This record gives sequence, C-alpha cells and structure tokens, in this order.
Amino acid sequence: MRVVTAAFAIAAGVIVLLGYFFPDQLGPLRVMLLDWAVIIAGMAVLVGIYNLAAVQMEKFRAGQKGGTYGILLVIALLITFGFGVVLGPENQYMQLTMNAVIVPVEASLMAILAVTLLYASIRLLRRRVDVMSVVFLVVAVIFLILVMPTPFGPILGDGATQVAMNFLGMFSGGGARGLLIGIALGTLLTGLRVLFGADRPYGGN
Amino acid sequence: MLALGLLILASILLLGLTFWRRRAPASLRLIEAYERLNRSVGLAVENGTRLHISLGRGNFLTSRGGSALAGLAMLRRLAERTSVSDRPPVVTSGDASLAILSQDTLQAGYRAAGAEDQYRFSTGRLAGLTPFSYASGALATIHDENISANIMMGDLGAESALLVEASDREDTSLIAASDDLSAQAVFFAASQEPLIGEELFAAGAYVGAGASHEASLHVQDILRWLIILAMLVGSLLKIVGAPI
Repeated sequence: MRVVTAAFAIAAGVIVLLGYFFPDQLGPLRVMLLDWAVIIAGMAVLVGIYNLAAVQMEKFRAGQKGGTYGILLVIALLITFGFGVVLGPENQYMQLTMNAVIVPVEASLMAILAVTLLYASIRLLRRRVDVMSVVFLVVAVIFLILVMPTPFGPILGDGATQVAMNFLGMFSGGGARGLLIGIALGTLLTGLRVLFGADRPYGGN
Repeated sequence: MLALGLLILASILLLGLTFWRRRAPASLRLIEAYERLNRSVGLAVENGTRLHISLGRGNFLTSRGGSALAGLAMLRRLAERTSVSDRPPVVTSGDASLAILSQDTLQAGYRAAGAEDQYRFSTGRLAGLTPFSYASGALATIHDENISANIMMGDLGAESALLVEASDREDTSLIAASDDLSAQAVFFAASQEPLIGEELFAAGAYVGAGASHEASLHVQDILRWLIILAMLVGSLLKIVGAPI
C-alpha cells in the first residue's frame, strides 16, 4: 500500500512540475491535479478544525491548565460555525463578528508584537555580544531615526535621508537577495527529495 | 529552458551524491544551533519534559511548502528519537494540511521506533489558521505543557516574536529558523544561536535523516557557486558592454 501511495504522489508531483515546462502537452492535466489538491486542502481545513476542537476538549476533560479557555473556544467555534452555515459569510452579523472581534484582537496582538520586538532588540546585547549583533542594532537604530515621522519632515532632511536610505538599502537589499537565493535552492532540493521518494511525509512512511 | 536545465542538473547531482554519500557519510561543519537541538532532545528524554516543535504556516499549494517539508523531515527523526520519552513532543502547525501530515509523520516515527502504541493524535495540533491565531494557540502550548525546548522550523512571520518571547519567559531552549525575512530578523535578535537563510534546510542532515539530506547540502553548495559565477560573468560582460 505504501508503495502505491508513493507512486501516486511522485507521479502527481512530476506531472505538475513538468506541466510548467510543457504547458501544451501537460497543462490541462496539471490544472486538474491542482484543482483536486485545492478541494482536498479545503476538506483538510475541516479535519484540522475538528482536531483543534478535539484537543481543546481533551484538555478540558483532563483538567489541564487552560482547559476552561479551551471549552470557551469550542463553544465560540460551534456558535460561529452554526450561524455561518445558516446565515452565510456575507451576512451583516457574520461580518460584525469578524470586524468587532477578530480584527481588534489581531490588531492588539500586532501592538504587543511591536513592543516585544523592541524589547528583544534591547536584550540582544545581553544575550550575545559579537560584531554582528552590534551592527544589527546600530543599523536598526539608524533606520528607525531615518523613517521617524516629525512635524518638520525627515529628521536629516530629504536629500540626506534619501542618500542614507540608498546606502543602507544597498547592503540590506543585497543581503536579502542572498538569503532568498539560499532559501530558493533549499526549497528546490527539498522538493526534489520528495519527488524522488527520499522524503515521504505521507502514508505513514 | 534555463530553469529546466537547472532542474535536471540539480536532479542528477542529487541522485549521484546521494549514492556516493551512502558509501561515505559526510562530515558536516559545526552549527551551534543544531548542536543545541541534539542536546535538547537528549535532555527532554532524560528530564521527562517535552519538546515543542512549531512547523509554521507553510501551505503546500504555495512556494512556502518547501520549508514545511524540511520541518517534517526533521520531525520524522525527532519523533523516532523521543519515542522512548514519557512526555511525547507536541507539534503545532498553522495550516490544516500541514497539521495532518505532522500527525502522520509523528505516527511514522513512533512506528519506526517500535512504539506506535505511544502515539497520541493530540500531539499533532492545528493551533490556528491565521498568523496571530496560530501564535495564540502555540503560546498556550509553550506556557502550559512543561516544555523544555522550542524548535521553530518552517514558514513563520513576524508573529514568531510572540512565540520567542514566551519561550524566553519560560526559560526554555530555542532553536529557530524560517524562510521569511522578517522572522529571520526576529530570530537573529532573540535566539542564542540564530540559523540564517538556507540553514533551515540543513536540519534533516544534522539530525541524521539520511544520505539524501547530506547530498542536498552539497548540491546547494554547488548550485550556489554556479549562481555566483553566473553573476560575476554577467557583471563583467555588462562592464565591457557585451550584449546580454
């Protein structure tokens, strides 16, 4: 059975990959396989949400720490899901749930994130004192000063700010491209390992 | 055609080097973060504490799926190595397909170690479907489940700062890498030994996932040198005014 699973997965992967290079011959088959993948991914969301609810229920049943929050989550999930199915996602009350609960909560987490990042940067030198840490902090501070809004415009004036931003951008842009090339190569090789069946994160292998 | 050529070259190199590496295992350069990871796995088994493995939000229908696959390959080995522990590792994901595959991978690891009866489906969890809901779900795991080490490998964004902060508050080890530049900046500022760029994809090789992972590192090195060469040649041709 595992061999059959692997054969199907590898064949589907190879067809989708080659479909990009030979769109006339394999394009329609690639699109069909991707459509199937989208449908399966949609079903996977339902399975995932069931898993989320089951884990929270288990925490509540076992009396684990945070179990009460878990049961609240499950109740809120069932109510929202029920109303969503009956009223539809475009209904004004469903939209209100989104705009009055989820958006403000995520916005407050974003605000906490800003403080957390600042705090992490301050503690960097306590954690690791080396040249790169100092460079990281100095560049971060210079960049923050450059983009800081003031009633009089940029703190260094328009021209000097632009020159400094271009200078910093030269290094950060080059570094970012280098990192992204490395990540792209890593992704390519990881994908190839799956296509060759060396990694099989499916079918219990 | 250039992309197809690169793909064929990478495939040939990967296959060839995998067979070679099966005969002569590679000696890998020291990466402190992976040393710490191996130590943390051993300590978690001895202490009866848990590992929390965060696989991020990598969706397999996008290019971010690569980092998720790299995380799963590492998870497979870690599950096998920690199967003898009283407290199994907990895996959180921010994508439903990834959560299902993490359960499958955990089960496979336990089966390979001959301890399939130890597997619990609740150890592979979907923590949330949006970046911040995922962070909230994973935060509860970090705070409440007697975690001794947090391993974050995959597609994580700036929200990872919240996870890193929680890890720091609980005084746990942190091994973190992401394919996202903002998350890499966070990890650089917040972890003891940061993993940069493609080091994320080296996790499998450093936890002993097999010859193909070691071969991947060599192929990445070869391709990187080819890209550097192409950039230098391209620059020179541009300087001399050759039509490119």
